[in-house]
Amino acid sequence: MTEKLLELSGLEKHFPVRGGSFIKRQVGAVHAVDGLDLVVHEGETLGLVGESGCGKSTTGRLAARLLEPTAGTISYRGADISHASRRALKPIRSEIQMIFQDPYSSLNPRHTVGSIIKGPMEINGIDPPGGREARVRELLEIVRLNPEHYNRFPHEFSGGQRQRIGVARALSVNPKLIIADEPVSALDVSIQAQVINLLQQLQRELGIAFLFIAHDLAVVRHFSQRVAVMYLGKIVEIADRESLYEQPRHPYTHALLSAVPDPDLDAPPRERIRLAGDVPSPINPPSGCRFRTRCWKAQDKCATEEPPLVRLDGNRDGHLTACHFPEDQATAGKDIVLDPALKD
Amino acid sequence: MFLEVNDLTVDFHTEDGVVHAVDGLSFEVERGSTLGIVGESGSGKSVTNLAVLGLHNPETSKISGSIKLDGKELLGASRSTMERLRGNEIAMIFQDPLTSLSPFHSIGAQIAEVYRKHKGASKSAAWDRAIEMLDRVGIPQPKVRVDHYPHQFSGGMRQRAMIAMALVCDPGLLIADEPTTALDVTVQAQILDLLRDLQEQSGSAIILVTHDLGVVASTAHDVLVMYAGRAVERGTMREVLREPRHPYTWGLLGSMPSLAHPVDVPLRPVRGTPPSLINVPPGCPFHPRCDYMELLGREVCTGERPELSPHRGHGDACYLPLKQKAEIRARAAGKETT
Repeated sequence: MTEKLLELSGLEKHFPVRGGSFIKRQVGAVHAVDGLDLVVHEGETLGLVGESGCGKSTTGRLAARLLEPTAGTISYRGADISHASRRALKPIRSEIQMIFQDPYSSLNPRHTVGSIIKGPMEINGIDPPGGREARVRELLEIVRLNPEHYNRFPHEFSGGQRQRIGVARALSVNPKLIIADEPVSALDVSIQAQVINLLQQLQRELGIAFLFIAHDLAVVRHFSQRVAVMYLGKIVEIADRESLYEQPRHPYTHALLSAVPDPDLDAPPRERIRLAGDVPSPINPPSGCRFRTRCWKAQDKCATEEPPLVRLDGNRDGHLTACHFPEDQATAGKDIVLDPALKD
Repeated sequence: MFLEVNDLTVDFHTEDGVVHAVDGLSFEVERGSTLGIVGESGSGKSVTNLAVLGLHNPETSKISGSIKLDGKELLGASRSTMERLRGNEIAMIFQDPLTSLSPFHSIGAQIAEVYRKHKGASKSAAWDRAIEMLDRVGIPQPKVRVDHYPHQFSGGMRQRAMIAMALVCDPGLLIADEPTTALDVTVQAQILDLLRDLQEQSGSAIILVTHDLGVVASTAHDVLVMYAGRAVERGTMREVLREPRHPYTWGLLGSMPSLAHPVDVPLRPVRGTPPSLINVPPGCPFHPRCDYMELLGREVCTGERPELSPHRGHGDACYLPLKQKAEIRARAAGKETT
């Protein structure tokens, strides 16, 4: 069995909300991540899906230790780095890299492509054989950009090409783990597929572990071996890809999957689950199970008792679900429409 | 035919040269049906819609061709005619409801204004109409929410309010420009279902602009695939998604992971990037990215520009014979299963 690379346990991150006219006092907190457990193994790709505001980006930033957690621990290769100092983090920085969503704002417009990609090597004091410049040219070739473009500036490239520059920059320090936060969602469909194929090839050839954060369930399914579904700061279900997509047990996972419009007309018809309303505010998350306000199965127990993330009867190893009244095979195929505007 | 667009061409004059945003585009939409316009950024989808609405600045743009709504020519119509039509006969839903609603006016006031302007209704009648519309699009407690401001609404609610505003005068044509791109999947599904339900009730024609073929599959009756300002394929939704003919449509379909696809098959994206609209490649604009150009020879694909053929029904703009395309598709499908 492969080793645990990154382990997040009981992780919380609260952002203070300040109010008041003159003296800004803390009046509340955004519970962006609120008790999250997650393990990324060496060389695996773990997908993290959820709707906007569910805390998936905050989780990514915590995992890279760009943010300090409010509570809980982040351990990398067994060492607790949750509150480690800059100096203590230095040797780890080169092993965990990030790819950002927006290829426009994540590259410095005043730096050449060469110096952007060289940056992490300079900061981390890495001297590859043959010199940094040669390594940059090699990296440009790996991400299928022309090495001659070493001295060009980001504005001379298209969105897809810029995202490749971001990938080359992340690869420059030979990371063990790449946190990719919506790496393709800003790109056009045809370009999206090019970047996904590139990341997948790198993952296979270099054995880098990925925490792949995205909202697109089809993209995540394509890219990840294991998938975690997040809702309001918590993992509600986590499983290997087949189990999660074929046998979702959490009603939210089920609803998400049924909402994805599929261009494949020959795909077997899926049930239609239409939730009412939007995700509640993470400032005052609902008590008990957070999904209960939009769930069609919610009962009194759901409001008082928080369901633990556990393995349910009949599920494979590693398939964990946090629900008091999980879905079973018998409910599949039934349409559930909660939205008052959709009268059927 | 309710909306008929013929040989529409839109050029913009910029410092870098003339941008050929839309070039010889023709399409039709019937009452009660939805046309999905699919394409990537810069393919001319939005420019086409703004032309239908008459929203292009005549000083910087040059528009030719013909746009007929219910038999009336819209190109060259006077400003006051267009003002009477906009919001009344033709309404639009934009991608980002936060920037397209006024932050200083309550949702109710914004909806009522449209109704008063076009229908000459009294203040109180328009206000009642606003409440009725909010109820129709599924906003809970419409009597309370009508007084609220856009910032008090969530993203999905704002999009519902936009739809309420667009439909307040029962327009014959509704243009929805990426109406769900900014929304989460669960909310997207609600909004798409809502549009479909409302269309069944009102019988409006809808132009739905999107880059997501999944959205097309779930809402459109007909599809127009655009590339570099031109139509490259046209047909019913089933024809285009089941038997796509243009290599670009193949590329789009091959680029999108689907929940039904086998997981280990790599995506088959289109190589390269879309062309600049200032220097559109000669002949077929897709030829620099096409994998099948050698089959016909460079001269054919870079020569005269291919037109949509056949003229009616399922057609595409490509010189490759249909038989050869069927063979290519069959071979690709065979490769996928082995």
